[in-house]
Amino acid sequence: MLMLAGTTDLYEKRKGVYPRAVDGFYRRLKWAIMAITLTIYWVTPWIRWDRGPYAPDQAVLIDLAHRRFYMFSIEIWPQEFYYVAGLLVMAGIGLFLVTSAVGRAWCGYACPQTVWTDLYQHVERFIDGDRNAQIRLAKAPWSVGKLARRLFKWGVWLAIAFATGGAWIFYFADAPTLQQAFWTGQAAPVAYATVGVLTATTFVLGGFMREQVCIYMCPWPRIQTAMLDEKSLVVTYKDWRGEKRGSVKKAAAHPGEYGDCVDCDQCVAVCPTGIDIRNGPQIGCITCALCIDACDKVMAQVGRSRGLIDYCTEDDAQAERQGAAPRPMMKSLLRPRTIAYFTVWAGIGLAMLFALGSRTRIDVAVQQDRNPIFVRLSDGAIRNAYTVKIRNMEARPRPMAVSVAGIDGATLWTDAMAREEAGATVATTVPADSVARLRVYVAAPAAGPQRADFDFVLRATDKEGGGDRETMSFERPE
Amino acid sequence: MADESKAQIDAATGTQFKGHEWDGIQELDTPLPRWWLWTFYATILFAIGYTIAYPAWPMISDYTRGAMGWSSRGALVKELAARDAALAPIHKAIADTPIEQLPGNAQLMQAAVEGGRAAFKVHCVQCHGSGAAGSKGYPNLNDDDWLWGGDLTTIEKTIIDGVRNPDHAETRQSMMPAFGRDQLLTPAQVNDVVAHVRTISRQDKPGAASQRGAPVFADNCAVCHGPAGQGIRSLGAPNLTDGIWLYGGDADAIHATVQNSRQGVMPRWGDKLDKATIRMLAAYVHSLGGGEAAPAPEVPAVADAANGVQSQTGQ
Repeated sequence: MLMLAGTTDLYEKRKGVYPRAVDGFYRRLKWAIMAITLTIYWVTPWIRWDRGPYAPDQAVLIDLAHRRFYMFSIEIWPQEFYYVAGLLVMAGIGLFLVTSAVGRAWCGYACPQTVWTDLYQHVERFIDGDRNAQIRLAKAPWSVGKLARRLFKWGVWLAIAFATGGAWIFYFADAPTLQQAFWTGQAAPVAYATVGVLTATTFVLGGFMREQVCIYMCPWPRIQTAMLDEKSLVVTYKDWRGEKRGSVKKAAAHPGEYGDCVDCDQCVAVCPTGIDIRNGPQIGCITCALCIDACDKVMAQVGRSRGLIDYCTEDDAQAERQGAAPRPMMKSLLRPRTIAYFTVWAGIGLAMLFALGSRTRIDVAVQQDRNPIFVRLSDGAIRNAYTVKIRNMEARPRPMAVSVAGIDGATLWTDAMAREEAGATVATTVPADSVARLRVYVAAPAAGPQRADFDFVLRATDKEGGGDRETMSFERPE
Repeated sequence: MADESKAQIDAATGTQFKGHEWDGIQELDTPLPRWWLWTFYATILFAIGYTIAYPAWPMISDYTRGAMGWSSRGALVKELAARDAALAPIHKAIADTPIEQLPGNAQLMQAAVEGGRAAFKVHCVQCHGSGAAGSKGYPNLNDDDWLWGGDLTTIEKTIIDGVRNPDHAETRQSMMPAFGRDQLLTPAQVNDVVAHVRTISRQDKPGAASQRGAPVFADNCAVCHGPAGQGIRSLGAPNLTDGIWLYGGDADAIHATVQNSRQGVMPRWGDKLDKATIRMLAAYVHSLGGGEAAPAPEVPAVADAANGVQSQTGQ
């Protein structure tokens, strides 16, 4: 090894991948998913959602500055972040579910890296032509024409990258306002920095890194390799049917000697990661299924049945190799493992929905003054002071009343009132979507236990009502 | 050992062997990477520059001061000066606002209370305690009982002029005689008047002693404490009928008070602190829960301001 160190380069230069255009069921599925995901990405920040005058009207908004997360009718405060954690757990288990059922479907269809690379490859084909033209252009020496083509292509890529990076920031601020500020140079520096970074990463990852991201950078293929089992759908070249490879002519000349594979290499030509699926399952296969489309087309042309390359589980592959008929794909979806994943996934989802439906939108938190703990008043009564924080998580101001329960003869008032105005309740209006801080004095007769527990009771006095309470203690001198 | 007289060259890398060998594994004399070496030299240069620019070398009785004249004390002074400069406009606004008008400006009042909270920790906690709860002989500033008055103006005056300053004419002055020690009352009369005070503060039921004490009280005490013992603030005479006792309300403590009198003192802060700080202290003390509205009728000139105070505190 030592002897080789000077001569072996650890870096392998990327081999160009120039996938050929293909049409078929999976290609159309990819188109549809690309259209849906990109539409969701670009349109979502612009959807308006009326929340009244006190809250933003953007349907999906991650308001980091004010620590609020809005998603349609749901508003999440920072202390409710467990909903987001729950969503992330669901996303994780959802990936387990999808992987165990249909293999690396996420990689093949929905992963942003796949979607944007796909989009960039379409641009590339539009400008440079299909696979062969691209290879020719790549090999051609630099000329004015090649440079012009390259600059044009990179320009379009950059425009897409800029639109991608640009859309991201709209999730974090009011989109129309931010857009105006962005173009007039008034937006926050972090907005420009974010757009810059995401434009650069999109341009580089989608235009140049491409399948290298999947093969070398992304941890997910490794994890998925562990998630897949013999009952997961993977794109499979049915070698028992295809081998030995040979052209139609050869097969006609030597009946029975050749399999169905005509060795046309179309499956390699269309592969966006540049692998040969006929070598068996491999880390480079993102199961985009474009080779299935390509092969099916060729099989139709040569009059052989489709599915030489097809989604197939390892178990089914074994059975088929032994001569069983191909099983329909759907059969592999329902099995204990996928049902277990689905149950957990749906359980978390239902639990979150229940929690969301039953959560309270007002909250009281009280802190007692510790220095001094109590004050003797001139009429002999004992006064304790508390800081009462009332959280109104609704997007409208709400009238609320604070009272105490559990101390005989207690009266309360705030630092904005005189003791003469003390009573059984203190009324206040808590502004929309905010926390009100009240300094509350509670006075009670000196006769009583040295430490008595009582409740601060918060009630919303509008017609919707609701409330909260917190147990505190009232302290008296010995 | 390998033959060290002849330099051996590793064929693959072209690097010289070090001459060490362990079980056939030989060590190469690979030079340090250039980038590492240059980084290392750069750090040395930086260190030299740093020791010239900043205080670095200890000398016999001093140290090298550094070309930039930087010192941690200097940096602190600068920071403090910057802080003072930042607060100066607020302090000036507070100093320029008569205290009875302070509550009319909620923001300024808030600033004054917070500034007072900080100043209190420096100047007042030694006697009044960190929570302003006082102790025996040092009034609790949280309660609603005031010797001289609990409105902003009166509190400010008390802070400015102090209590019983010997060389200051304006100081708060209340001179209770030492009735027992100076034999103004007989021991029996002292006991009787103590019993009377215990009665009017509803701590004891009326008895023979307290009945004997009532005329003694009327003759000797009522002139300052009022006929009913409810105190007179303009004289600084405490209310003897309420639940708050500066020196204790049990019979022994009251006896000691009547026997020897009490002469608590407070420094006058008018010559020690600036106007704004005193005003902020008054605002803070007033905010502790016992602050009173300004007495409107006494000074007609500030009636408007007093109304402002009332509407502020009475909302």
